[in-house]
Amino acid sequence: MIHPLIRARALGRDFGAKRVLRGLDFAVQPGGFLLVTGRNGSGKSTLLSLCAGLLAPTAGELEVAVERGEVGYLAHEPLVYRELTALENLDLYGRLYRVPERRERIGMLLERFGLWDARHERIEAYSRGMAQRLALCRALLHEPRLLLLDEPYSALDNEASGLVDALLSELAGERTVVVTSHDPERVRRFASEELALA
Amino acid sequence: MRYVADVAALARKDILLELRSRDTVPAMVLFVVSALVVFHFALPADTSATAETGLLWIALLFTALLGLVRAFVAEREQRVLDGLVLAPCDRSAIWLGKAIGVLAFLVLAEVVALPAFALFFGPFSWELVAAVALADVGLAAVGTLLAAMAAASRARELLLPLLFLPLVIPIVVGGVGASVADGPGRFLAFLGLYDAVFAILSWASFEYVVTE
Repeated sequence: MIHPLIRARALGRDFGAKRVLRGLDFAVQPGGFLLVTGRNGSGKSTLLSLCAGLLAPTAGELEVAVERGEVGYLAHEPLVYRELTALENLDLYGRLYRVPERRERIGMLLERFGLWDARHERIEAYSRGMAQRLALCRALLHEPRLLLLDEPYSALDNEASGLVDALLSELAGERTVVVTSHDPERVRRFASEELALA
Repeated sequence: MRYVADVAALARKDILLELRSRDTVPAMVLFVVSALVVFHFALPADTSATAETGLLWIALLFTALLGLVRAFVAEREQRVLDGLVLAPCDRSAIWLGKAIGVLAFLVLAEVVALPAFALFFGPFSWELVAAVALADVGLAAVGTLLAAMAAASRARELLLPLLFLPLVIPIVVGGVGASVADGPGRFLAFLGLYDAVFAILSWASFEYVVTE
């Protein structure tokens, strides 16, 4: 029997008096692709933060069977320094994540997401869409076993959204992926499981 | 060696950020020089050297506080700390890298502050320089830990001074003692002991500050 990569039992999370998640049970197998849907404030981002280990559950259990450096996390913010360039930000993360052949990997990702020509520009000069593409590069840099993508299409134009489609198609079945989206129809074709938050 | 490389990468990033933004060091220099000018005009002409040295320490303490308030601004605004915390490096490397940056900025401010003190109040002793150097290590070590704690709070501007000032009272005692006492050795040793104890405590506890 294959052990799930993520297993939640009666998972709950409160912020003070506000209960965001309650009694959540689900499991994601290795190589599984979980689509998380729900209205604003239903706890999608909180669930991803819990899976990343950035938050601790206040009720129930959550087991994530990967090491800390094996998680790729795309948050609402790009998690990069605005005063540094794309190259400098990715180089810093590449060093901290011990990425082998770091420069080649960074170059390949920047090319793929159309940021190579802007690699020496500071992030403060980037548009929201460019910052989101850089955030995807950062999340993928260390080839994580588990990818947690919070609204990956956010702020992206059609061309960049097509790049994310291609990425998700490539990752489906290869890596374990958890994606939240306000556009579930777009992601559903890649997903093996779906979790709707109330 | 991995640990040293992580710390070096993080410290280098902080220094690069400061070189780009020039937010912190100029503010610290301007503040400490302004404070010394104010003290110069506020004090009576016959004020003792002991009182003047005490005021220098107050100016240095608040200059450090000014730098610490900004220490985690970049990480907080873009939630970059989440990205760093998820990296497989030892989380204490984040503290050490940041503390080295804070220490560098403090030393730069003091390179201006000590000659300014000499200009307004007269020459300073080597004991004062040694005490300031030792105090900087303790201020950076404790201050960086507390700045990380405060950064997670909504009342960060209020919280940091409330946590920082009581904890650095021993630095003021040791620093002023080493600067004015006849036998500065025991005060310098006290500062060294404070640095060692609080650096180890901060190093060991940083992980619990940045994770739930």
